[in-house]
Amino acid sequence: MDFLRPASWEEALAAKAEYPTAVPIAGGTDIMVEINFDHRRPEYLLDLNRIALLREWEVGEEVTRVGASVPYTHIMENLRETLPGLALASHTVASPQIRNRGGVGGNLGCASPAGDSHPALLAAGAEVEVESVRGTRMIPIDEFYTGVKRNALAADELIKAVHVKNATGPQQYSKVGTRNAMVIAVCAFGLALHPETRTVRTGIGSAAPTPIRAKAAEEFLNAALEEGGFWDNGKVITPSIAKQFGELASGACNPIDDVRGTAKYRRHAVGIMARRQLVWTWEQYRGTNGRTLEGAA
Amino acid sequence: MANTRTTPSGTPTNVSQKHAQGGIGESTLRPDGTLKVTGEFAYSSDMWHEDMLWGQTLRSPVAHAEIAGIDISEALALPGVYSVLTYADLPAEMKNYGLEIQDTPVLANGRVRHHGEPVALVAADHPETARRAAAKIKVDYRELPVVTDEASALAPDAPLLHEGRDDHHAGHVPHPNIVHRQPIVRGNVEEARKRADVIVEGEYTFGMQDQAFLGPESGLAVPGEDGGVDLYVATQWLHSDLRQIAPVLGLPEEKVRMTLSGVGGAFGGREDISMQIHACLLALATNKPVKMVYNRFESFFGHVHRHPAKLYYEHGATKDGKLTHMKCRIVLDGGAYASASPAVVGNASSLSVGPYVVDDVDIEAVALYTNNPPCGAMRGFGAVQACFAYEAQMDRLAAKLGMDPVEFRQLNAMEQGTIMPTGQVVDSPAPVAELLRRVKARPLPPERQWETAGEGADVRALPGGLSNTTHGEGVVRGVGYAVGIKNVGFSEGFDDYSTARVRLEVIGGEAVAMVHTAMAEVGQGGVTVHAQIARTELGVTHVTIHPADTQVGSAGSTSASRQTYMTGGAVKNTCEAVREKVLEIGRRKNGSYHPAWATAELLLEGGKVVTDGGEVLADIAELLEGEEPIDLELEFRHRPTVAFDLVTGQGDGHVQYTFAAHRAVVEVDTELGLVKVVELACAQDVGKALNPLSVVGQIQGGTTQGLGVAVMEEIIVDPKTAKVRNPSFTDYLIPTILDTPSIPVDYLELADPNAPYGLRGLGEAPTLSSTPAVLAAIRAATGLELAKTPIRPEALTGTL
Repeated sequence: MDFLRPASWEEALAAKAEYPTAVPIAGGTDIMVEINFDHRRPEYLLDLNRIALLREWEVGEEVTRVGASVPYTHIMENLRETLPGLALASHTVASPQIRNRGGVGGNLGCASPAGDSHPALLAAGAEVEVESVRGTRMIPIDEFYTGVKRNALAADELIKAVHVKNATGPQQYSKVGTRNAMVIAVCAFGLALHPETRTVRTGIGSAAPTPIRAKAAEEFLNAALEEGGFWDNGKVITPSIAKQFGELASGACNPIDDVRGTAKYRRHAVGIMARRQLVWTWEQYRGTNGRTLEGAA
Repeated sequence: MANTRTTPSGTPTNVSQKHAQGGIGESTLRPDGTLKVTGEFAYSSDMWHEDMLWGQTLRSPVAHAEIAGIDISEALALPGVYSVLTYADLPAEMKNYGLEIQDTPVLANGRVRHHGEPVALVAADHPETARRAAAKIKVDYRELPVVTDEASALAPDAPLLHEGRDDHHAGHVPHPNIVHRQPIVRGNVEEARKRADVIVEGEYTFGMQDQAFLGPESGLAVPGEDGGVDLYVATQWLHSDLRQIAPVLGLPEEKVRMTLSGVGGAFGGREDISMQIHACLLALATNKPVKMVYNRFESFFGHVHRHPAKLYYEHGATKDGKLTHMKCRIVLDGGAYASASPAVVGNASSLSVGPYVVDDVDIEAVALYTNNPPCGAMRGFGAVQACFAYEAQMDRLAAKLGMDPVEFRQLNAMEQGTIMPTGQVVDSPAPVAELLRRVKARPLPPERQWETAGEGADVRALPGGLSNTTHGEGVVRGVGYAVGIKNVGFSEGFDDYSTARVRLEVIGGEAVAMVHTAMAEVGQGGVTVHAQIARTELGVTHVTIHPADTQVGSAGSTSASRQTYMTGGAVKNTCEAVREKVLEIGRRKNGSYHPAWATAELLLEGGKVVTDGGEVLADIAELLEGEEPIDLELEFRHRPTVAFDLVTGQGDGHVQYTFAAHRAVVEVDTELGLVKVVELACAQDVGKALNPLSVVGQIQGGTTQGLGVAVMEEIIVDPKTAKVRNPSFTDYLIPTILDTPSIPVDYLELADPNAPYGLRGLGEAPTLSSTPAVLAAIRAATGLELAKTPIRPEALTGTL
């Protein structure tokens, strides 16, 4: 195994162009597990740790740009106001030590359906900034995940940053695991209200071959909110709307039975999380967030 | 965390030496504590030797197969590879090993019987090279049908795991795929059943738990100039390893010199051989030091696990709440090789009634041979599985009778004088009802704190924790109780001795004691306690602990809650003999100067020889100046036991009994099936707390391990292929600190007159009752029966 250590972003792009099979490594929280377990022996590792610009973030007017290597700890601590869903998701990642190392770029690069940040990115709306010696392009998050552990990157491209829409309304994120910390997702769900467009977006993790949105649930809820004038009158969400939203989110899943959980449980749990999050976010939107726990992020 | 300690009056202990700084009863700190916390402690995996090679094991990817051929040529051709060994290369006539039954091949001989069985070994100059070489060994497996449970093990056409058995259980087992069977019959269940107003029957399932010690199997074998080998290894019992290693190397035991290296936890998982023989074989074959370190994945295949079990129970009770009878059948899955299965059967059967008075019992326990991973010793050893089942039965009986579950238990609780199903009389304190009373009397932690805590509310206090799955929705509290009984020490007639060497000499004008035993310090704190005992018995301040090795007699195993009793007892015993020698020297040198030398009872305290009236007769260091060091090595034995009768199960089979009770408070997200254990209070009788801090640590650790198998820990074996599906810490989950509740501990000190200082072995008992207490609390919260542990979210949400 050869270890490539580019000193600059340009050198990294050149290296990736020259060795398209090279596997980028930043925090190493995913790839090192695979190497340690002998599941994977890449011919080349491309170490991105010398490239400072990947650890930078910038809060813009409408969008926050998060460098690929910005550790989850920084997202939790610094971006909670603008990207609350992603901050909550970041707090569910592994342990403090891992959160100090890992970042969203690795999650996107591995594109595991169990990656913690995906549902939050899908719900918020995001674009992935990728670059190669051929140039830069922006990949909408909805088009990014192409299969189990596959993404839309070309062999010579590297992930530079992710551009996430700043929250204009409440966002929530939950993950089910069989212990209370440091656990891989059995399934996860994220919800973001976008009052400026009067729409909602969702994200589901670990309950389909790729991270997905629960589009039927979104469409139902968009219509129901519009119809009932909820955005304007700020009424309490009716239990029947919440229930149907949960059921539709459940129906969006296409999970498998595996050692971490049954397909049946995953569908069930996604439905519960969706229903609860709708109540949490809507109560917050109504401004009655007095007793709503927002998580410890 | 409130820890209270209670010493009822009128229970004297047999301490003769009283006032020792840093002696017994003090919470002296562990010598390895700071090093471990700061990451500086040298574990067995940290060893290094100039010129050393790295050993690698090739393991079977299938559970049951004939090996039609092995081709090692490509592996041998790899540069950097020094040796590749298979069964054909084993040097001695003896090619098997085993704790009790030598049925385990050092390397597979034409057949593999479980997933991960060792097939070949490689030594290379780099671990990566060794791994790659092992991958180049071509093994031609011809898969065979797998035996995975009782039905497939005992089916008419079942493949036999071990044909032509000639072990000492072979003659009495009803089927060759049964390792050992122990019935226990006492009274008359058929008659007693007629007196029962209520009868409760239940079928329970206990999942396969792993010891999950943090330091993987590792060691270093260094070939000696005399053709022997020096082995530095993390183990639980040096002399048991030695007895198994030497014959397969074809060496006399004195040519295999073993030294304990830093052990990163054990919990029973190091009682069996792992890499010991393999490293020695490679070292002798290459004439170079060989280091072997399993990674986490391999570790899951490198040691035995806790027996998964099916338990069938029937209990009866009168309407006023007295147990009438108990009938049970316990089927333990021993996996492919015997390991400790026979002894686990003995424990499961003899402790299957629990700490209750039941005169009429009909008990049967068996362990199966299957193609599942081998199972053997783990903290609680057969008593854990039984406790899970009988405690569920107690709750169901109480519910059926409309009684409080604690009062029902107290009504049937055993006490000193109770006769066990084996006919053995419990002849020392058995405060079962009192332990239950204590955990019940504790105030309950406040409910729904996330609603009352206001700004300070924290999702970490809720089920799901940081994963932010509930803000209180669906959360229901439950409270549950359990109590258990465990034996201490090796049972059933085993000659379970320990040896201690103690040397007392003057160094730099000070009396210094050196304690040398072969006791494996696996984290239990024996090294701390040995120094405390030497200070107490010899009245010296300076005690050094010699590294544990095979240059001194056996200390027996660090298991069965026995080391403080046995090797602590051995240190005490040898110290007493050393004290006599000191007094002999004193009498010889000074006897004529003071009549007390002849007439008074003399003690060693504060570096002096003193009378029991406190008069100082001499300074120990001055007495010993110019004398040869006093250096004694003595064996120590507990009272003898006998094997259980093979038909009736009768016999005084156990050394000592130990008891703990728990109250679990849980909060369950009933919609998502997630559990937060809020508090797990324990009360336990420890006889005498030699080191109170260690006592509390052991109880909290055992409690947490029991919590693990209640809500998350399980090795999942595919029933179709007998392959392990989750050999990693990604998917075999153990409790984190956020899963570990507050564990208030209340320990009693009721002396056992048969034991050194009156102490009672304590490491295992909390592991028994913790699991059923948590299960009972979850049942209380959900109203579900939950007959299997660990529970999974699916079981709580009907989504299995």
